[in-house]
Amino acid sequence: MTTDITVDELVDARDLMCPMPVLATAKAMRRLEPGQVLKVLATDKGSLSDIPAWVDDTGNELLATDTDNGVLAFYIRKSPDR
Amino acid sequence: MTTEAPISPASLTEQDIRRIVREEVTQAFVKDPGARRAAIIASKGTLDWAYPPLILATAAAAAGMQTSVFFTFYGLNIIHRDFEKRLKVDPVGNPAMPMPIPMPDVLTGMPGMVSLASKMMRSRFAKHHVATISTLLDSADELGVRLIGCQMTIDVFGYSQDDFRDGVEFGGAAAFMSEARRAHATLFI
Repeated sequence: MTTDITVDELVDARDLMCPMPVLATAKAMRRLEPGQVLKVLATDKGSLSDIPAWVDDTGNELLATDTDNGVLAFYIRKSPDR
Repeated sequence: MTTEAPISPASLTEQDIRRIVREEVTQAFVKDPGARRAAIIASKGTLDWAYPPLILATAAAAAGMQTSVFFTFYGLNIIHRDFEKRLKVDPVGNPAMPMPIPMPDVLTGMPGMVSLASKMMRSRFAKHHVATISTLLDSADELGVRLIGCQMTIDVFGYSQDDFRDGVEFGGAAAFMSEARRAHATLFI
């Protein structure tokens, strides 16, 4: 369950459109320590493919994806070797 | 000191070999510097066409790619200091442009229509929370995207280097091709 995931930082990218949710995610991720978890909220449906693609490209880990009332939530763990 | 047992080819199954090849190919892509570079040409100077190169360049840079955008011909409008005034959209000859009511070119070609259509596009984009060109340019700067103005078209169009935003570099076709040959992702927009 996503409620069991400890979140270290939250990015609220609701209402933002492509490419801003990805840019906000990349910016926030720089502040995290390896192993920490970032939660990203987004309403841009393109994020459903954009965020997983970004996570894959950057070698981080997508722990879970959730949706609540049209709001998407992504839980991303920062790769330990970066 | 430990030594690995030598792999005897006879003990490898076809599956083992397929797995090893797959892992090696994945590794090669990870190491391949070309996979980490993007080179984009922005050749169009209208409000609608200013978006794709900036969206793709910032997305590439956010994914850790070293990204360059080469602005040539009308694309120079995007990095001009007066880009807010210069970037417009013209409905003439663009039947794909969404209009409140269908309009023939004889109407969309009337005086004032370019300014009206540009205003409409700006407000529609704002309503949908699309980033402005200004925000995307600032993001590009922040992400270290190299913005390169084409010196030849700058001279031909009568611009000077001071007409362009801070941080813009200047170069020619060879400078772009030198970037492009090192990048797997190359786009002409």
